[in-house]
Amino acid sequence: MALQALVFYLFAFVAVASGVMVVTSRNPVHSVLFLILAFFNAAGLFVLMGAEFLAMILVVVYVGAVAVLFLFVVMMLDINFVELRQGFARYLPIGGLIGLVLLAELILIVGVWSFAPEVAVVAASPIPQDVTNTEALGQVIYTHYVLAFQTAGIVLLVAMIGAIVLTLRQRPGVKRQSIDKQNLRRPEDVVEVVKVTRGGGV
Amino acid sequence: MEFIDTYVIPGAIIVAQIMALVVPLLVAVAYLTFFERKVIGAIQLRKGPNVVGPFGLFQPFADALKLLSKETILPAGANKIIFLLAPMLTFILSLIAWAVIPFDKGMVLADINVGVLYLFAVSSLGVYGVIMSGWASNSKYAFLGALRSAAQMVSYEVSIGFVIITVLLCVGSLNLTAIVEAQRTVWFAIPLLPMFVVFFISALAETNRAPFDLPEGESELVAGYFVEYSSMSFALFFLGEYANMILMSGITVVLFLGGWLAPFDIAPFNWVPGPIWFILKISLVLFVFLWVRATFPRYRYDQLMRLGWKVFLPLSLLWVVITAGVLVTFDWVP
Repeated sequence: MALQALVFYLFAFVAVASGVMVVTSRNPVHSVLFLILAFFNAAGLFVLMGAEFLAMILVVVYVGAVAVLFLFVVMMLDINFVELRQGFARYLPIGGLIGLVLLAELILIVGVWSFAPEVAVVAASPIPQDVTNTEALGQVIYTHYVLAFQTAGIVLLVAMIGAIVLTLRQRPGVKRQSIDKQNLRRPEDVVEVVKVTRGGGV
Repeated sequence: MEFIDTYVIPGAIIVAQIMALVVPLLVAVAYLTFFERKVIGAIQLRKGPNVVGPFGLFQPFADALKLLSKETILPAGANKIIFLLAPMLTFILSLIAWAVIPFDKGMVLADINVGVLYLFAVSSLGVYGVIMSGWASNSKYAFLGALRSAAQMVSYEVSIGFVIITVLLCVGSLNLTAIVEAQRTVWFAIPLLPMFVVFFISALAETNRAPFDLPEGESELVAGYFVEYSSMSFALFFLGEYANMILMSGITVVLFLGGWLAPFDIAPFNWVPGPIWFILKISLVLFVFLWVRATFPRYRYDQLMRLGWKVFLPLSLLWVVITAGVLVTFDWVP
């Protein structure tokens, strides 16, 4: 158990430290890389809790896909740090005010937080050994809450179609490659063998 | 005393197991480069390396020594830490995936429940080594190569995901040993033949091999994302790339070619132990990798993207639906 505690503190410490580095590092690319490190350690914490499916999904979805696109965009940006820091003193009061308001709201919410009485019973019940957590999650999402799952899917689909509609524009005069057309071309249709007579031209 | 029993001895056993896996793997990587040059030589009616040692067998070691004795160059404009981190990351990622590959029943470092997802996660991380090296080199050729490679790997990951889902539908488990055991009656390459082809081609794209080796297109990008690397840091990229090739072949074998199982469960075939079958099958898939490289010209970039998004993605999505439909209709769901 000592080993487990040690690993927990390692993951937790690195996760928090890299979270701090995300907001404090000067180079945005370093920020994204620290964010990835934080995701990793969160995945490690999931594994420690026995939620291996969530850990893997976290790595596949967030690290493998979302953060890659993020890194892509950040690398392309040409950020002028001097310009970015210019109005720092001027905006400090209003920024600090917003920060304080958010902090107060968080404290208000956490202060009145209490668990429902059923939670204690559910949390205390033993984890069934014969069901893997992949199977258990599948049961919950695709059997018990299938309607909510489908609704979320439709919302995402509509959002995707919306994004495509917003960015789609038809430009005249664009030449596109049609692979089917190219494959269907036959020499008889496009090549004409001409017998050239001397001095006559084609 | 108790400390030694609970931590030191199991730790030592784990380290010994890891060494027993990694050392043969690195030798295999070295000989894969040799095998590649011999195979491509034979296809092009040349002899390939034949000077160093008998049949040129010591060529990989000569190459390694040459690389080791070269100077490590750090470009002045490079971001030093990330520049050095990127090759290490590539190499480490190509090794850690082997932890879940089963060589025989029970012959696996970590027999975890979510083995396939672990492999998928590790292979989706491979793109970081590429992006980081391209960006940290602070060179336009390296950066272009990195961007190409990142876009390519992300595109083909999607269809690989769907292919894996198709296989999982037929098995009902994410555990790699269970996937191999499910192929006792018939290898999945036969009922899922189109998916097998899609997976193999996506594996070529995922490992940046010909005909999808645009990230390192010699003619336009010099050598792609690792153009600024030399000596050991270059060697790490090289080792990582070839270890990834072996890994992708291993995954192909586990998912579609029945892992360690003999092709027929009858007398002369089942005398041969499982790991030998596994290695033979991996070698076969690797040979096809090299054969493809020697045969096909490089794809154009837009054609590559078209193939990934407009051909493989709809096809694999369709097969997921068909497979699920067939399994439910005939009540074959495991």
